[in-house]
Amino acid sequence: MPKDHGIGAASKRREDVRFLTGTGNYTDDINLPRQLYVHFLRSDVAHGEIRHIDTGAAEAMPGVKRVFTGKDFEGVGGLPCGWQVTDRHGQPMQEPAHPVIAQGKVRYVGEILAAVVADSRERARDAAEAIEFDIAELPAVVDMKAALAPDAPKVHDDLDGNLCYDWGFVEENRETVDAAIREAAHVTTLELVNNRLVANPMEPRVAVGDYSRADDQSTLYTTSQNPHVIRLLMGAFVLGIPEHKLRVVAPDVGGGFGSKIFHYAEEAFCTFAARQLGRPVKWTSTRSEAFMSDAHGRDHVTKIELALDADNNFTALRTETHANMGAYLSTFAPSVPTWLHGTLMAGNYKTPNIYVNVKAVFTNTVPVDAYRGAGRPEATFQLERVIDKAARELGVDPIALRRQNFVTEFPYATPVAVEYDTGDYNATMDKLEEIADIKGFAARRKESEARGKLRGLGVNAYIEACGIAPSNLVGQLGARAGLYDAATVRVNATGSISVMVGAHSHGQGHETAFPQVISEMLGIGEDQVEIVHGDTSKIPFGMGTYGSRSLAVCGSAMVRATEKVVAKAKKIAAHLLEAAEADIELRDGKFTVAGTDKEVAWGDVTLAAYVPHNYPLEDVEPGLEETAFYDPANFTYPAGAYACEVEVDPETGKVTIERFAAADDFGNVINPMIVDGQVHGGLAQGIGQALLENCAYDENGQLVSASYMDYAMPRADDVPFYTVDHSCQTPCTHNPLGVKGCGEAGAIGSPPTIVNAVIDALHSGGHKVDHIDMPLTPSRVWAAMQG
Amino acid sequence: MYAFDFEKPTSLNEAVTALQTEEAMPLGGGQTLIPSLKQRLAAPSKLVSLRGVDEIRGICRDDAGRICIGGGTTHAEVAAGVPEYPALAALAANIGDPAVRNRGTIGGSLANNDPSACYPAAALASGATIVTNTREIAADDYFEGMFMTALEEGEIITEVRFPVPEKAHYEKFEQPASRFALVGVFVAKFADGVRVAVTGASEEGVFRWSEAEAALASDFTPEAVQGLSVPAEGMIGDLHGSPEYRAHLVGVMTRRAVAAAG
Amino acid sequence: MTKVSMTVNGEAAEGEAEGRTLLVEFLREELGLTGTHVGCDTSQCGACVVHVDGRAVKACTMFALEAEGAEVRTIEGMANADGSLNVVQQAFQDHHGLQCGFCTPGMVMSAAALLDETPRPSEAEIRDYLEGNICRCTGYHNIVKAVLAASGQDAERIAAE
Repeated sequence: MPKDHGIGAASKRREDVRFLTGTGNYTDDINLPRQLYVHFLRSDVAHGEIRHIDTGAAEAMPGVKRVFTGKDFEGVGGLPCGWQVTDRHGQPMQEPAHPVIAQGKVRYVGEILAAVVADSRERARDAAEAIEFDIAELPAVVDMKAALAPDAPKVHDDLDGNLCYDWGFVEENRETVDAAIREAAHVTTLELVNNRLVANPMEPRVAVGDYSRADDQSTLYTTSQNPHVIRLLMGAFVLGIPEHKLRVVAPDVGGGFGSKIFHYAEEAFCTFAARQLGRPVKWTSTRSEAFMSDAHGRDHVTKIELALDADNNFTALRTETHANMGAYLSTFAPSVPTWLHGTLMAGNYKTPNIYVNVKAVFTNTVPVDAYRGAGRPEATFQLERVIDKAARELGVDPIALRRQNFVTEFPYATPVAVEYDTGDYNATMDKLEEIADIKGFAARRKESEARGKLRGLGVNAYIEACGIAPSNLVGQLGARAGLYDAATVRVNATGSISVMVGAHSHGQGHETAFPQVISEMLGIGEDQVEIVHGDTSKIPFGMGTYGSRSLAVCGSAMVRATEKVVAKAKKIAAHLLEAAEADIELRDGKFTVAGTDKEVAWGDVTLAAYVPHNYPLEDVEPGLEETAFYDPANFTYPAGAYACEVEVDPETGKVTIERFAAADDFGNVINPMIVDGQVHGGLAQGIGQALLENCAYDENGQLVSASYMDYAMPRADDVPFYTVDHSCQTPCTHNPLGVKGCGEAGAIGSPPTIVNAVIDALHSGGHKVDHIDMPLTPSRVWAAMQG
Repeated sequence: MYAFDFEKPTSLNEAVTALQTEEAMPLGGGQTLIPSLKQRLAAPSKLVSLRGVDEIRGICRDDAGRICIGGGTTHAEVAAGVPEYPALAALAANIGDPAVRNRGTIGGSLANNDPSACYPAAALASGATIVTNTREIAADDYFEGMFMTALEEGEIITEVRFPVPEKAHYEKFEQPASRFALVGVFVAKFADGVRVAVTGASEEGVFRWSEAEAALASDFTPEAVQGLSVPAEGMIGDLHGSPEYRAHLVGVMTRRAVAAAG
Repeated sequence: MTKVSMTVNGEAAEGEAEGRTLLVEFLREELGLTGTHVGCDTSQCGACVVHVDGRAVKACTMFALEAEGAEVRTIEGMANADGSLNVVQQAFQDHHGLQCGFCTPGMVMSAAALLDETPRPSEAEIRDYLEGNICRCTGYHNIVKAVLAASGQDAERIAAE
């Protein structure tokens, strides 16, 4: 029987009720008395010198309160970057200033040139059109390699060229890897692009700034995955507001996928302007605005070489990647192509020699930062594509080649600085072969061919590093923040519990899954536990939700805090039961004395804590509330194997996904229904990247795919039902729940699987195509078939 | 959006009068106009909603056996209302999405003449007549290039009259993002010949592919157009497909449309 | 500003609107019914779908003044009279057909409209009908299952086939 509550139960989500009845509370649903609206005038050129801005006419327009330009922010801090990468030569990355409103130059289409605050949205926009400005357009750099040419226009005049950093990992291994590749029996080389994407959570970003002069208190309501991080960055680095005078609230948030991690100019602006004007200031992004102001994702150009010996063992791997940073460094941008990418290049394989080179480049495009998977999809994509190509070149079965090279003994220290604690890659591959019915593929291919379609099968194995991560390690790697998390477990007098958690839930279902853990630990009903998140005035601290870290890191903090609660409650129970503390056991919501029938209910103990009439006051304080911070010992390493079958229409090049199977190892699973849902969503985003989504610029830096008219979002009829399984479970060894994280896997494992399948289909039709860059749109596939 | 006055007349005469104001624009279903107003790509002084003009809504048949569709008839109403012309019903049933089809109108679509819209292909291939408050315009004379038509300022499409072909089919290859036609081909076989109209492909908007028409007139089979192709020159090239790709698709969609028309 | 009145979720609603006021703005800002969402500006995402005179429409692509005298139903009016979730809403919860919840109101309104027109839709009919509703979280798997279940079909079996 499946469990009906606690860890492992498919508990229905309690948050659904408000979302299904239209009573959620998203940031745009918040309207404050006397609220003003801001419209941002954004640059329509990719690169230019601001010669002149005249806001006089705009300020005279009806309803306009104030027009702000870069000048108003000269004394204000810039948007900080939270990660400093050190290059191959031991030098820090080049780090440009990142003003809230453009100063002197504009550097991408969409950069804020001025901000109009007025008493209605439309009036603010009307006035924005009355701003007179003169921008002398400069040549833009869009292509990364062109940006590195000696005579390329400079995005930042005060920097030494457009190279942010040239990173080598592990630099000491460079020559060994070169030698191993020279001496290899076979080397497979592939050049590929990991296409630029836009995260596109369905809720566009919103910010409402408020200020109370009476107590000098600023409040920002914002669409954030991590309100404390925003409070820290904006308060300390941009506006100079101390934490106790700044409250950041992220209420219901309509998806993030990474794009709502970062601290954005609009948030700082609304907070700043509310202080200046003494009235609330609101900004609601349109989707069109989102395309040119939300941080983009991916955008890597890579050459990868895989060396094999005569027995097809992987002997070395060398990659060179150009990673687009865009025009400025977004909050965590430098870490994505380095520490979230280079460290994963071993994949699931025991390749002994690996060298990763990454050149991060400034261009006149929207800043690029983490998007679902962040670095790990880029690593997996190149690795799994080159392995597939190697299998084809060598004429061996792609699954067998992978299995032959799998890491099989754990813990395993990779040559790229991380240690996998547990895993069983053959087990997930076995499971995959079963659920994907790989044996039945040949018959299905025949059936497709009878209908004039080409059918292909693609497989993939992936690993990722989640639960980011130990603070001392990330500190060495350049993080300017710790990456622990925190939880306060507040037991109320009658035994119900409020848990204030640092993780933020914006689709992940924490409000349901976290109580399952407490219920399991205490033996009380899930409905006795509520989760509070998203408000810096209510929760102790938190680094937020990203990198599949909520349960592994914040959940662990919650477990630690609950353990402290239990320890204290046992002292109280021992007193009430007149027994030794060591003999007290907690089971099914009751404290018992081992070996006796003496018991006291959970609620009687909690009541005693708040009504301490009969209470060990000399040993124990009244009340029952504990806080824990948890800093993990290592990343977690979810892994798995995916298979996809596609049909290609040879006349049009159109690819349809016929079957998709995913076998994942997430360690222990708290709520299998939620985990399945996370995988489904990740798969659809991976399908989007592989077949549909293309954030494209023209050579002048104009965004070509600037709305849903041109940026193809996966829709219901683009995807099939998926077959997902997470029954292979090798629990994480270093967190108390044994969990690994499941949020990103689908988006990491699916793109190479799909491309492998399409290439397989094309080969079956006699088209000797080695590679097609994503997205594999009908026109690209058709062009590839033309040779 | 820029501010504008809004009028919702209940008769054609009132609508025509309302549209005489300078910079007034008619509002059909608004499914294209409203998004472009949001981008401030148009600045009408007044929008005249045709939604309340019952006399230009609905579907009937004339003495010549033609289907007469009021200009204010929604795509959903056409999809459900022309069983004797399944190709037209199917075309209407696949424009946009259900919510768009509940608002968008045939008159609005034809007046806008988006180069990737579906209805222009149906009107042109069917040899339809576009009826306005002042005149009747043959489809062959109506489409004048991307977003260009024979309509004068303030002229309202009141009805579109479709002769019903013996056989017909519309084959649409969707642009993956917008779901408009990357290439759409409407073939219609009449007793006196075959008409083939292509949308989505050309920089000049919807066009008749006369070579294919000639070939199909004598032999209405996919094989008859197998060797034919349109030149890539003049085809649209964008993120979603090169001119060569679109030219290729014109051939593929035409063959498929013929095959499906039976 | 013009006075406009309509029936919203069975109750008379009155307010003021400019010509350019969209129905969704009227619902959210004038009536305080914030369940209807705005996710794009090109009429594609469907987060704003409501029913007007019984048919699904995108409330971001219709002016408030066009709804004069109309019967409008929003997500706030979908629950049963006793406040419990209706069959479509309940199926979405049972099958985990939502994550962040932002697309959900439009998704539920579209699903309800589909079931009005086609009481037992096939998987393909559901996917086709939801073409104008974009979800970024669920990968659609559980949404399609929820709609199958709401129509009384065996969603588990159909999804596994």
